[in-house]
Amino acid sequence: MKKSLAIALGAVLAASPAIAQEEPVLNVYNWSDYIAEDTIANFEAETGIQVNYDVYDNNEIVDAKLLAGNSGYDIVVPSGNFLERQIQAGLILELDKSKLTNLGNLDPAVMATAANQDPDNAHAVPYMINTIGLGYNTAKVTEALGPDADLESWDLLFKPEVVEKLAGCGVAVLDSPSEVMGIALHYLGLDPNSESEEDLAAAEALMNSIKPSIRYFHSSQYIDDLGNGEICLALGYSGDIFIAADAAAAAGQGVEVTYLIPKEGAATLFDFLAIPADAPHPENAHAFINYILEPEVVAAITNYVFYANPNLPALEFVDEEVKSNPGIYPPAETIEKAFVMQAHSPDYEEVLTRTWTRIKTGQ
Amino acid sequence: MTATHDPTIPPPRRLKPWNAVEKGLARVGITGRMLVLIAPLIWLLVFFLVPLAVVFGISLANKQFGRPPYTPLLTSEEGTVQLTLHLNNYIRLFTDNLYVAAYLSSIRIAAIATIITLLVGYPMAYAIARAPDRWRNILLMLVVLPFFTSFLLRVYALTGFMRGNGVINQFLGLFGIEPIVMMQTDFAVYVGIVYTYLPFMILPLYTTLVKLDVSLFEASADLGARPIHTFLFVTLPLSLPGIIAGSMLVFIPAIGEFVIPSLLGGPETLMIGRVLWDEFFSATNWPRASAVAVAMLLVVVVPIMLLQRAQGAVVEK
Repeated sequence: MKKSLAIALGAVLAASPAIAQEEPVLNVYNWSDYIAEDTIANFEAETGIQVNYDVYDNNEIVDAKLLAGNSGYDIVVPSGNFLERQIQAGLILELDKSKLTNLGNLDPAVMATAANQDPDNAHAVPYMINTIGLGYNTAKVTEALGPDADLESWDLLFKPEVVEKLAGCGVAVLDSPSEVMGIALHYLGLDPNSESEEDLAAAEALMNSIKPSIRYFHSSQYIDDLGNGEICLALGYSGDIFIAADAAAAAGQGVEVTYLIPKEGAATLFDFLAIPADAPHPENAHAFINYILEPEVVAAITNYVFYANPNLPALEFVDEEVKSNPGIYPPAETIEKAFVMQAHSPDYEEVLTRTWTRIKTGQ
Repeated sequence: MTATHDPTIPPPRRLKPWNAVEKGLARVGITGRMLVLIAPLIWLLVFFLVPLAVVFGISLANKQFGRPPYTPLLTSEEGTVQLTLHLNNYIRLFTDNLYVAAYLSSIRIAAIATIITLLVGYPMAYAIARAPDRWRNILLMLVVLPFFTSFLLRVYALTGFMRGNGVINQFLGLFGIEPIVMMQTDFAVYVGIVYTYLPFMILPLYTTLVKLDVSLFEASADLGARPIHTFLFVTLPLSLPGIIAGSMLVFIPAIGEFVIPSLLGGPETLMIGRVLWDEFFSATNWPRASAVAVAMLLVVVVPIMLLQRAQGAVVEK
């Protein structure tokens, strides 16, 4: 009864001409520091759509807003492992690819990897490529470890006898169970997406062995702290560590921050442009995604935020200094060793969160 | 309610329309006093009891990934309505040592912080209460002044003082003292709580202390008590209502504090607010988070009732 009423109502609404034209508004919810300064203004000028732009600093917030429903956003930018679950839960709208004329610009290899999280690439478009690696204060780490130290390996963080020498100048780790434990598993030579209890126990033991040297677990505090010399080693997102390096250079206090993709391989994250299932302006959202897929537009974003994009023709518009930075566009052998995080089953998620709390608090 | 008027006193004058309304309401059994009470009751109902009932309801559901992220309590199948209540979230609070440890740790941190706040706030309140009249308002203004900036900003500003190359350590550095690690420790959390909640302690203490009759102190002195005795046996007992009120205003919100331990505390600063955040956001477990919240309410309500009873006893004396 209710359903037939809704269908009847829908038919009436669809027939009325007023509804065919969407109001020229778009509500975007993106990561902080994740777009060029003029991207939104240019999009508004080109399309006449007024953009309301809002930012966040962790995936969990987006997840919570989508789960609660009626978020009002038309574009969200979740990372792959979160997107995967959101698609499964029916929170993401399927893309109308006929409206995305620039879709062919995307790197087929990236699209194939992305299809692990979004089957057939039906729901989302990869936006930027991010790695999780180590950021360190070059002078302090060299001073603590000596000139012959190996500054290319995960040993910096995961070898207790190495990291304990850095405890004095401060070590920070992301507060993100799936990502950090995935990296720990990879370091141990295990499958980073493993859900086996033994593997988790091994990763927990590894984390516990370095825990006394970790000052805090936080997902954005390290940007400031690394930049002003408060800490000397952080496990963090590549772009954030580049921001810290930039801030340190600008401050002129003699702090130099280096981003390292360890030689054993780093976690690679894709962030996706996606449209929530209940988005009020899906038409405009498609227009926005198609705009971002234009090579010049996305290249300008890469030049500003220091993240690689998966847009092949965009590469010629990317600045040389960005393109040649191995932390942003890693060489082929690093890409080969990179691994992608996948969503965990809800049961494992619970065990993982509990384990993570135990690592952090000792309880 | 039947009011009998003394015929010599004229009844209070009223606007006529109001008279009719009152009569109409009285016919259905609603008096003016009830009307006055209705506003706070509706407020409590809409903004406290209904949300609490929603939270309690969710706490009896099971986690699922979808929208909403919990199972429905009521399901109907072929005309029969089934009510499914899951108690596992509450059972888990006792079987997993994390929650009890977090509650105890929160209470311990809040209690220690309250005692420090009292020790810092009492002399300040006392000094303000005894200050000359023209100074008093200025001093009170200074206590309230920090509220003009955002709470979050003030807590964040504390990091500028306590971090490795912050103000305190730079000062110590002048004397050749090595930087002390203060950030991400329990110490920083105590500093944060004491600093932000201090006005809530000073104001009720001040209102009690300022009302104390100075002649009592003079009498005590005349009878040969030394100032310390006057304070311990006259001032302190008389200011007990202020101490209890101030301590409640600090202790209760400090238990559930989330911002201060996340910005200033280290990984081992275990507080229930952070556990709640993790359950809600990291584990997306709304039912468990709700159960933690309901249990926290119970944990907080019991000390409030004890304190209120203690305060009632003091007032009756």
